[in-house]
Amino acid sequence: MDEQRAAYDLLVVGGGIAGVTTAIEAAEAGLTVALVEREPSLGGRVARFHHYFPKLCPPSCGLEINYRRLREHANVRVFTLASVESIEGDSPEIEVTVCVRPRYTNPVAFDYGEWAKTCPVDCEDPFNYGIGRRKALYYPWDNAYPPRWVVDERAVDDPAFREWAQGDPAGGIDLDQRERTVSLTVKSVAWATGWRPYDASKLDRLGFGELPDVLTNVIFERLSAPDGPTGGELTAPSGREVNRVAFVQCAGSRDKDHLPYCSGVCCAVSLKQASYVRERLPEAEIHMFYIDVRTPGRLEDFLQEREQDPRITLHRGKVAKVEQVEDGLAVTAENTLTGDRETVTVDLVVLATGMQPTAAVEKLAARAELDENGFFIQDDEPAAHYGVGTAVRPLGVAETLQDATGAAMKALQMARRS
Amino acid sequence: MAETAEVKVGVYCAADNEVASAIDLEALEKVALTEMKAALYRNHPNLSSAESVEQIRRDIGEHGLSHVVILDRSARAFPGLFEFGPEVMVDLVPLRELVIWTHDANDEDTQMLAEDYLRMYVARTKNLKRPEPQELAVERRVLVIGGGVSGMRSALDIAGAGVPVTLVEKTPALGGWAAKFTRSFPTKPPYDQLQNGDMVRELAERVNGDSAIDVLLDTRVTEINGQPGEFEVKLENGGAPQQLRAGSIVQATGWRPYNPERLGELGYGKKNVVTNVQLEQMFANGSVLKADGTAPKSIAFIQCAGSRDKEHLPYCSGVCCRASLKHAMQLREMYPGINVYVLYKDIRSPAQYELFYQKAQDDPGFFFTKGEVQRVDEKDGVLAIDLDETLLDEPITVEAEMLVLATGIVPTTSVEDGVFAPGGGEENKPDTRIRDEREEGEVELELLPSGKKVAAGAEKGAKILNLTYRLGTDLPTLKYGFPDSHFICFPYETRRTGIFAAGCVRAPMDQAQAMMDANGASLKAVQALEMTAHGQTLHPRSRDLSYPDFFLQRCTQCKRCTEDCPFGALDEDEKGTPLPNLARCRRCGTCMGACPERIVNFQNFNVPMGNSMIKAVEVPEELEEKPRLIAFVCENDALPALEIAARRRMKFNPWVRIVPVRCLGSVNTVWLTNCLDAGFDGIMLLGCKHGDNYQCHFVRGSELAEYRMENVQEKLQQMQLEQERVQVSAVAIDEWASLPELFDDYYEQIEEIGPNPFKDF
Ligand SMILES: Cc1cc2nc3c(=O)[nH]c(=O)nc-3n(C[C@H](O)[C@H](O)[C@H](O)COP(=O)(O)OP(=O)(O)OC[C@H]3O[C@@H](n4cnc5c(N)ncnc54)[C@H](O)[C@@H]3O)c2cc1C
Ligand code: SF4
Ligand code: SF4
Repeated sequence: MDEQRAAYDLLVVGGGIAGVTTAIEAAEAGLTVALVEREPSLGGRVARFHHYFPKLCPPSCGLEINYRRLREHANVRVFTLASVESIEGDSPEIEVTVCVRPRYTNPVAFDYGEWAKTCPVDCEDPFNYGIGRRKALYYPWDNAYPPRWVVDERAVDDPAFREWAQGDPAGGIDLDQRERTVSLTVKSVAWATGWRPYDASKLDRLGFGELPDVLTNVIFERLSAPDGPTGGELTAPSGREVNRVAFVQCAGSRDKDHLPYCSGVCCAVSLKQASYVRERLPEAEIHMFYIDVRTPGRLEDFLQEREQDPRITLHRGKVAKVEQVEDGLAVTAENTLTGDRETVTVDLVVLATGMQPTAAVEKLAARAELDENGFFIQDDEPAAHYGVGTAVRPLGVAETLQDATGAAMKALQMARRS
Repeated sequence: MAETAEVKVGVYCAADNEVASAIDLEALEKVALTEMKAALYRNHPNLSSAESVEQIRRDIGEHGLSHVVILDRSARAFPGLFEFGPEVMVDLVPLRELVIWTHDANDEDTQMLAEDYLRMYVARTKNLKRPEPQELAVERRVLVIGGGVSGMRSALDIAGAGVPVTLVEKTPALGGWAAKFTRSFPTKPPYDQLQNGDMVRELAERVNGDSAIDVLLDTRVTEINGQPGEFEVKLENGGAPQQLRAGSIVQATGWRPYNPERLGELGYGKKNVVTNVQLEQMFANGSVLKADGTAPKSIAFIQCAGSRDKEHLPYCSGVCCRASLKHAMQLREMYPGINVYVLYKDIRSPAQYELFYQKAQDDPGFFFTKGEVQRVDEKDGVLAIDLDETLLDEPITVEAEMLVLATGIVPTTSVEDGVFAPGGGEENKPDTRIRDEREEGEVELELLPSGKKVAAGAEKGAKILNLTYRLGTDLPTLKYGFPDSHFICFPYETRRTGIFAAGCVRAPMDQAQAMMDANGASLKAVQALEMTAHGQTLHPRSRDLSYPDFFLQRCTQCKRCTEDCPFGALDEDEKGTPLPNLARCRRCGTCMGACPERIVNFQNFNVPMGNSMIKAVEVPEELEEKPRLIAFVCENDALPALEIAARRRMKFNPWVRIVPVRCLGSVNTVWLTNCLDAGFDGIMLLGCKHGDNYQCHFVRGSELAEYRMENVQEKLQQMQLEQERVQVSAVAIDEWASLPELFDDYYEQIEEIGPNPFKDF
């Protein structure tokens, strides 16, 4: 089922906030754009955040504006559930093969919300990092774009699911859909492939994966979000009452055995998450263990507000271990300068795990140089292939979007060259 | 915009089981045809099917429909589906979201609600027209102000995209600060080797060699007039005036070092105490020597000298940690035996710069001490720095022969020496205006919270762009002199359309980030040319073709619109009549909301539209005990939030009628008085948060709405109505869960004060 070869000025790989921005900015500058996203919905990592630092505003606010821009723009073709299979040739005729996986639904005005509740099959929920399960027929998230229901591919062959799907009240489900490939010719490729949280189970002695109440910062975002598995209520997975929370900075970052670089945002992230705790559990005490608090620029205010908060204590030290003790989790930190050790007992531990570029864990078809940690090497010049945002270095959203807009400039120059 | 003979409305309603089993479609049809005089009404079991879209298209041709009203899902559900060419106005009624999912099926009140929405949208659509684009013959040239790395990178990008550039630099040379620095931070693997300064020189050579870039050195901008697509720029080139036209502008005027004269307490003024910028100068001159001409054996750096300090620069300058690491490495190279002490609060070397820091930490000649500096003394040529060691919690003294103050970055848009109001407050808060002040004749001045007055919109002392705009000479700033924008999601949005900031003038950053920033700002500058040429507005209503139409014969020169426009689109003639600059306009409708004469209207969004929706609602008599509330809802955030709540099948209060608006700033108070006249019992305005962390996409719309409500309160008093009749609430897009309660709570309040006494008139 090959579609005819279609030509675009720009291919954007990755439909997170960076890719969406590059695509729409380029389109509004007059380019034709194909945007390829692996998941069924755009938005990437930020879609799973509760709020952004430092404004404490919801990511869906900016996404919504961008989706409106996309929705109404004929120059952008969005492929979801899609991935780049292969790339041949060079600018201005880069030939790309994209594989589009089936969604198993066709667009209908009907919303399956009520009926999906009767679905007998559910699957592990990757959107919530595995906490809780979702129905096999699901809506990716409240601000999903495209705004369409999806059948989880893991359930397609499940007889119970197939039987249930027979009762489809609106005729939108189509289990016969097959994978298809699409061929594109483009003038440049923006790799907005983003990042993933460093695998916290690799961090010996910090207890992730063994102690239920040791979480990572990305999971903590889900637990704080109103659309998350707890509806935004902060509860410890073990069921324990939460009165004390510890944030462990540089969990895997600035560490030669894990990620040698600084992930750049996790300090501000933990300070932000401290506010989530303050808001929901006003009496809870909060401890943050850090090596340096890295909150550059205008984030200084954000830091100072929290430093002045009597419920928030900042401890200088690198956490050496987290252990289960009778009345909670004992967090032991070592001051790397003085050698002093300090132990604080808490109910919930949040590991501020860092960012790893996608290319560190999976091979991309990009024809560009990567460094040994999997980051694209920064280049301000236009090129046939270029990394965007966190594919180049760990960055916050604001800086990522600078780069994402700049990527559209590279695309524009490549398009006008040919 | 009045109802004309050609208006022919076709109404289409979803009629699948979900809808048909919840409301009476026959009754709906009757309302459409007899009461609302629609030319056509059709039910369809699958409105969004290709077959149905085709049917609508046929009907348009056969029946000459000018307007189509579709009752099914909101516009968010059907990307690009109902599009019938430039002649046909299409209006989508979120019937499922606002009625079917959120109210009880087969209920009298639900039926009334559905019929009301039908009435409201048919009435409204008759007042709407598809806008015709106001195309503009744009000047395809970009003016870049500032020839530092940001400005040079921008110029190269823009020229690379085929658009000519004029680059204006006030000094006799390109390169800015970066050109004065001999070495630079590592940006390439292995990220721990200093780079030489060639990059800046090479950039300058390329800029000079590019025939599409006109470089004007020794030049300043003395005036900018006009609007995107046609800015008239006056320059002063080495004393001689010059002029040019440009379609858009990149402001890359960079930074200046914080004034060290204010750092006496850190030892500035003592012998052998220099700033990091002065140290750079020494490196450039080839040697770093003490005042007596000998080489130092030890040197200390005080980090955050004047940064992260409420008395000085309240923010972190971001680059000074890395600058000191760089300097220390240069010194270790120059004098292998030298000891370097770095006295810091936090070492901020994010991302791959951590490897740079690690390299310094591995060097035995480096000593890092975390602490707060208490005092600096000089004795016998040795500087003694007392600090509270944060970690040991006891005072220590570090001695060194030289001391470097790692001073920070002040944006050129800020006040002259980078000093803020006493206590570090934000002195420069433009637009915090008190209207009465102006009426006393102080047109140019604004009253600040501190009681001080500054020229509106411009920073005290910073006149870079010299815009002739009614709202001031420069980009309005958010905090600390950095230009105002939604800096997280939309970093290049500014409040002066077509003018984009790049580099350190926008936020403190290093060269690598400044280059990246320049890439982004230059894209926006080129994009602005494209979009303006087609009559399209820029973000956030990107590509909107509508524009405010001023019926000036009835203007009373009250100047409300010219003052309130968040984007400074409206100038004034001597009498105070608005002079619109449509290419500056972002189509928020704040001017429409401001105008007491109601003479500002858009083709597809206007005061009569709102009035017609208000009038269309059937308000039952008091005896029927069916109250009516109306909610004006921001379509950017609060409306999507409502739709999310609806998709989650939350139940809404049946008395509320929703009217979507571009921004709360576009709500004209006449709508509110008309609502009260029409017998509505209560009025809600749902918009975005304002204040320092504002979320309003038009910056000040929701704030202005709240401000205008003060006038409405007066009106209420005159009408002898309770204050509670009008309520403004901030609703973010993720606050959908609280909406049903918000409606119910408001209804309870209204129930307590009782029905609107004007109801049965
Ligand atoms: C001590 C120190 C050392 C540093 N070392 C490094 C380093 O090693 N590596 C690194 O990456 N970063 C370093 N930085 C940061 C770096 O200097 C900045 O990132 C960089 O200069 C930003 O460039 P810019 O173009 O934004 O600003 P600028 O360099 O300030 O350039 C702005 C230009 O605009 C001109 N201009 C200003 N106003 C006007 C006007 N009204 N009209 C016309 N022209 C105007 C100015 O003359 C100047 O040429 C250092 C900073 C400090 C404080
Ligand atoms: S941002 Fe903070 S927590 Fe994250 S790696 Fe850097 S120093 Fe560590
Ligand atoms: S619509 Fe908004 S931007 Fe345009 S003139 Fe009116 S207030 Fe200004």
